[in-house]
Amino acid sequence: MPIITDTGFAPDDAPDLIEADDLPETGERLTIMLPNDADPSALSPAFNRITLIVVPFPNAADGRGFSIAKRLRGLGYRGHLRAQGHLITDQYPFARQCGFDDVQIDSALAARMPEELWLRAKTRAIPPFLRRA
Amino acid sequence: MYRYDEFDHDYVRSRVAEFRDQTQRRIDGALTEDEYKPLRLMNGLYLQLHAYMLRVAIPYGTLNSRQMRTLAMIAERWDEGYGHFTTRQNIQYNWTKLTDVGDILDALADVEMHAIQTSGNCIRNVTADHFAGAAADEIEDPRPTAELVRQWSTAHPEFAYLPRKFKVAVTGSPNDRAVTKAHDIGLRMLRNEAGEPGFEVIVGGGMGRTPMIGKVIRDFLPKDHLLPYLESILRVYNLHGRRDNKYKARIKILVHETGLEEMQAQVEAEFARQMREEGGPVVSPNPEHIAQIAAYFAPPDFAKLPAQSAKLTKAIATDPALAAWVENNTADHRASGYTIVTISMKGMGDAPGDATTAQMRVMADLGERYSHDELRISHEQNVILPHVKLDDLPEIHAALQKAGLAAANAGLITDIIACPGLDYCALATARSIPVAQDLSQRFAEPARAKAIGNFTIKISGCINACGHHHVGHVGILGLEKSGIESYQITLGGDHTETLAIGERAGPGMTAEEVGPAIERLVDAYLDVRDSDDERFIDTFRRLGADPFKAAIYPENNCAAA
Ligand code: HEM
Ligand code: SF4
Repeated sequence: MPIITDTGFAPDDAPDLIEADDLPETGERLTIMLPNDADPSALSPAFNRITLIVVPFPNAADGRGFSIAKRLRGLGYRGHLRAQGHLITDQYPFARQCGFDDVQIDSALAARMPEELWLRAKTRAIPPFLRRA
Repeated sequence: MYRYDEFDHDYVRSRVAEFRDQTQRRIDGALTEDEYKPLRLMNGLYLQLHAYMLRVAIPYGTLNSRQMRTLAMIAERWDEGYGHFTTRQNIQYNWTKLTDVGDILDALADVEMHAIQTSGNCIRNVTADHFAGAAADEIEDPRPTAELVRQWSTAHPEFAYLPRKFKVAVTGSPNDRAVTKAHDIGLRMLRNEAGEPGFEVIVGGGMGRTPMIGKVIRDFLPKDHLLPYLESILRVYNLHGRRDNKYKARIKILVHETGLEEMQAQVEAEFARQMREEGGPVVSPNPEHIAQIAAYFAPPDFAKLPAQSAKLTKAIATDPALAAWVENNTADHRASGYTIVTISMKGMGDAPGDATTAQMRVMADLGERYSHDELRISHEQNVILPHVKLDDLPEIHAALQKAGLAAANAGLITDIIACPGLDYCALATARSIPVAQDLSQRFAEPARAKAIGNFTIKISGCINACGHHHVGHVGILGLEKSGIESYQITLGGDHTETLAIGERAGPGMTAEEVGPAIERLVDAYLDVRDSDDERFIDTFRRLGADPFKAAIYPENNCAAA
């Protein structure tokens, strides 16, 4: 499962993910899977023990993950944030603008949308409102 | 009027290039049809019965003559010589070819227009009072707010993949001409006791198969808090709106199922969180830019004129057609000696909202010459000249007569709203345009229409209610029953600040039966109203539906007696 960053494809760093529901009382450098129907604020007491939160995108039309990311960032989460699943290149800038650091897709999707398309998506025009802010 | 700066120009241009690229990727197979469709829709392109339909935004209904001429040119060059003005301040071209779309979008960009977010599950074209900046009863011009919302919502990274479409309407006047209570969010501008400007925020209105009247979620929202508050509502909706069933995916269903109080609590909590975030709310537009937007909508330099025009009075005395047109198709302007003109797109036998290339050009010329270069599109599918001198009305009327646009029926029974229906729309279950044409012929006699007075008929060709039938004094909904068109009549709807959803009169009827039934209904109303000034809707409220049901279904009368 390749990871897409601003500089192109990167190899899967395959961390073991803990379901957000099963967050352990102790432990550092946790890596968490946060479903897109869960309440992100439940994680906020543990933010400083978490190094990665992965938010799933079950299909490209399901935009809940974007709001989860904004809320996590708004709550003060500063660790790594990853969108994982079915996103298309056109959504890459949205994911970045909402606070995701990178995107992870499966190999079949990566074959259909090669690295050069993701790099091109990065240059999508920024809407005027964000440019003026 | 708002003018694009270099950011807007860049953006609209690059969206055209981007859409060409998206279409190419679909052709190359990088995108599946499911992935491409939302991108196509967010650029305003539908696949319809006979062809592609392109829906172009006319933000808050305001345009200048140059833009109107471009709309005409597009109709001439890439469509079949006409366009259809919709109830959502858009224009639709029903006969576009996929291969021409890029060129059409470029032509639009030349005049600061676009088709962005006129479809898809995103925040749609923002609508506003079509008399904005002109109406005598206005508290404040709603368009700077609408423009700000348009900019904020354009390619909003968080809200481009919502559970369903999302429509925002703004009014700056207590007389609601923007149907704010039938939108996902309605904003009514007002001032609090201290005189500070703000909004009443209404949420969860809508039509479609489950019509709902919007509910007030915030009585008074200070003007500066608008964007973080909208962002809060949208975030709650994006996270919790239903995605399992597209018929239950609008925010009205979320409000209904969650309950207003709980919804309010969630939105306020989100809002409080945003206001606390470091450096204040995350979405705070640059104040300089807000001031700039407001400056673009500064009122034009009105001449100092007497309240009456001697020239007009004289012309009216000898020209009854002009007199009737002035009486029905003008509205009070805030400046002395000025008026607001409604150009009716509902001449006898016309398809409501359709305008030909030639008509668009005539209207553009009139707007340029007589209305400070401004035109408006109303949700009643008419075209407005917002700033007209009373002195100029005779010339304008004469020019409209020549162009076949002088119908003197604004607000009357023949000022019918109708969606495209089965003639164009892939979702339709029945035709709506021929029904509108039939009714407009039946009530064509001006004296009769005048006697009936204010009366709204609204027609939709299926349950989606694009023709606003729920809020027509009389609504007509076209369905299909075992292969035959069947029309259901609703009574008592109201699209103004006293918004009401009409109730069903009884069983469906065939297309041929609709006209006679409406004639009987109107005769019954003329019989029972207590004065010539009592509008149908007032009589309906006084007497209830029974006398009108009896008129529509005379065969039931003996049984009921
Ligand atoms: C011809 C292509 C069109 C298609 C495929 C279409 C589709 C739809 C659908 C599916 C809905 C129901 C949405 C819901 O209940 O969630 C709807 C609602 C609506 N549409 Fe259309 N429409 C079309 C044309 C128009 C036109 C021409 C107008 C204006 C005359 C219009 C204005 C509206 C309005 C005002 C609503 C109801 C308000 C609401 O969203 O609740 N649409 N449309
Ligand atoms: S109401 Fe139905 S038939 Fe009419 S335009 Fe909307 S979807 Fe089409």
